Amino acid sequence: MVIKMVWNREILYINLSTGKISSRTVPKIIRTRYLGGRGVNMYMLFNHLTPKTDPLSPDNVLLVGAGLLAGIPCLGSGRCDIGAKSPLTGAVGDSNIGGFFAPELRFAGFDHIVITGKTSKPVYLLIKNRDIQIKDASHIWGQDTFETQKIIRQDEDDENIKSLVIGAAGENLVKFANVRTGMKNSAGRTGMGCVMGSKNLKAIAVRGTTTLEFTHPDELLEYCKQMNTMITSTRWAKAQSRWGTMIIYSNTNTTGLIRTKNFQLNQLEEGQDLEPENIDKYSIGTSGCYGCAVHCRHRYVLKEGPYAPLYGEGPEYTSLGAFGTMVNCNKMETILVANHLVNKYGVDTLETGGLIAWAMELYEKGIINDKATDGLKLEWGNEEAVYEMIRKITYREGFGNILADGFKAAITKIGSESKYYAIQIKGMSNLHSDERPTPSFALGIATSTRGADHLRSRPAIDMYGLPEELLEEVYGGHVASDYNSYDGKDRMVWWQELLYAVTDSIGVCKFQTVFCAVHAPQWKEFSNLINLTTGLNFSKNQLMEIGERIYTIERLFNSREGFSRKDDNLPERYFKEPTTLGLSAARNKKISMEKFNKMLDGYYKLHSWDSNGVPTRESLKKLDLDHEPSNLV
Amino acid sequence: MRRRLTLQKMLVIDPEKCTGCRLCETACSIHNEKTCEPERARIHITKWENEGIYIPIVCQQCDIPICETVCPMHAVKRDPETHAVIIDSELCVGCRLCVQFCPFGGVGVDDKTKRIIKCDLCNGEPVCVEFCQPEALQYINATTLNMRKRRAAAEKFSEHLKKMLRANY
Ligand code: SF4
Ligand code: SF4
Repeated sequence: MVIKMVWNREILYINLSTGKISSRTVPKIIRTRYLGGRGVNMYMLFNHLTPKTDPLSPDNVLLVGAGLLAGIPCLGSGRCDIGAKSPLTGAVGDSNIGGFFAPELRFAGFDHIVITGKTSKPVYLLIKNRDIQIKDASHIWGQDTFETQKIIRQDEDDENIKSLVIGAAGENLVKFANVRTGMKNSAGRTGMGCVMGSKNLKAIAVRGTTTLEFTHPDELLEYCKQMNTMITSTRWAKAQSRWGTMIIYSNTNTTGLIRTKNFQLNQLEEGQDLEPENIDKYSIGTSGCYGCAVHCRHRYVLKEGPYAPLYGEGPEYTSLGAFGTMVNCNKMETILVANHLVNKYGVDTLETGGLIAWAMELYEKGIINDKATDGLKLEWGNEEAVYEMIRKITYREGFGNILADGFKAAITKIGSESKYYAIQIKGMSNLHSDERPTPSFALGIATSTRGADHLRSRPAIDMYGLPEELLEEVYGGHVASDYNSYDGKDRMVWWQELLYAVTDSIGVCKFQTVFCAVHAPQWKEFSNLINLTTGLNFSKNQLMEIGERIYTIERLFNSREGFSRKDDNLPERYFKEPTTLGLSAARNKKISMEKFNKMLDGYYKLHSWDSNGVPTRESLKKLDLDHEPSNLV
Repeated sequence: MRRRLTLQKMLVIDPEKCTGCRLCETACSIHNEKTCEPERARIHITKWENEGIYIPIVCQQCDIPICETVCPMHAVKRDPETHAVIIDSELCVGCRLCVQFCPFGGVGVDDKTKRIIKCDLCNGEPVCVEFCQPEALQYINATTLNMRKRRAAAEKFSEHLKKMLRANY
């Protein structure tokens, strides 16, 4: 096998319409400009698509990319990035997934898969080192995401095969269908499973046994050990190891930072049962992704009740909101069942919960009635209605069919009156967080290139009450330590966007970066890891420039599709309705339009974009982006 | 092979604590092969993914090693320092009887080199243990108390296997 060194891994091109398969190594210029994972995916997204491509047409491209560091023994290096033009938003589609797929792909000799075209019958892609086949998937079409993976393993008689799969939601082209691997991991956002379904591609299965060589193996091993200690010694990671992301709930619900009844309240009253401790009676232990010392999810078993017996993994904080606070359900068991259902069907937990909560508020306000909902009582806290809506959305039945196309289309169908209640940006639902008390988060969800989303920047460090000198040292400029303040929050969002663009490109887990503590791994550690793994050298400034390049090419893609400043906005309610519950730092807060706009101006300046949010000629030149599309890969 | 009577350390596995992260496999392969190929590690995590069961499989450095008993070439020896059961590659002819007979799956064949490979406890500092955050792998003194722990762990191990065979929550 020729391929040995990490940066020699190849890009695999598959045209499903013609059956043509080819490959080439990732050129060094692409590595040094975009690293891997999300960076390379976003470069290819901009380059492979012509403007206004229909996301569900064979011309859309499905991009799968392992991070540059996939396979190293630290920081959850199993992350894989999935990209395409989003059928949900029409903007950049991009979602990052953990688990074990990316390292396996890499062991097979590939870092990227570029899939175009469409087959007439359901197929799956099987990659066993250099042996690549497009196989008939008629026997797995219709199977849920868990069974699909199991059947592929059984068919190939290999327990070590790792697959990315879609469920019924992807098959039925639900606009926010996800791509899944293992029992828990999902590339949830922006509807990548819908794109996969539109290509009739049920799964991508991979098994690899080639040699993966690192430049300095002994030093890398030692350094990875240090990285693991560095992360597991933080308080956050310790809590995550024990409770998973559910731990966030304890804090946000007490403070009043969690949207409840869609957006009517900012705290769930009588929400004790959703406290993370209550997972213990269902848990048989925790589970981790590849190369992860944090293991942030539970393996849970439901032994009783109508949905038992059931084995599931999670739930994430996201599901606590999606099927708890937002729909006003306050039982852990509801979360566990609903989490299992969305995973089984392969539909994004957050988008699904966001849409159901919105529909419940419309139902309460009389904007929709029993006739519209097919007789379903969409009342707050009605968990059976929640389960039924998940199913109806997945199978596009009745009212489910209306929600299955996402907010933009549903608003058109239901009527303009419904728009005010929709907590969405660029057509994508927001998390169940309530950002009215936290301007940094508010700016982050407004500017995110993929629509309302906390993971493009998650500027959470101002929640930790750190001294401003320390914040200044991290962010290279003034950032107020008061999380209610607008001061310096543009800088914070900008900096975090660059860091996470790089994090998603080297393929490590965000939880194992400054996400959880200010002294947790970031630029310096990334630079060292890249060097020990690949021999490539990047200074902190060079890595920041790469982050800027990745974020800017995403922005260029969106500009080309007609997005601009007008789309970097918050739902009207953020400016109009103050919060009513929680601690004083969270109570009676709304976003000031004037201050928000000032923050946005500052944010564009930091990115060197013009006041309409469009990258300037000089900024493009500085980033070597002035000749795009350059079609290098 | 002479049995040592002094205090030894031993590798104890607690599958209930294993999170399936494969840090041990990866670190083992980098340490031993200088490349990242979990396939060629001396420890393996066997998973029943849809049931959430993960079991680390590694040599138990048995007191009466079956691999030694079956080896026709007397290639199986014990390291006097670490008590690890070692295969002398000079003597080994690759008949794979040890692979076949070890009840723990403790011996393997390296697909690339066709050599017999097994855990040698990394000269008394097992790398897998250093990487195992949840302490599913521990390297501890073989005191009576710990022997009991190991026994308990072995019982859990067999419980796990039984559960896996029933595997229908
Ligand atoms: S390092 Fe520990 S937790 Fe991770 S797979 Fe190995 S034994 Fe299990
Ligand atoms: S290889 Fe198997 S039989 Fe030999 S010492 Fe290890 S566990 Fe025991």
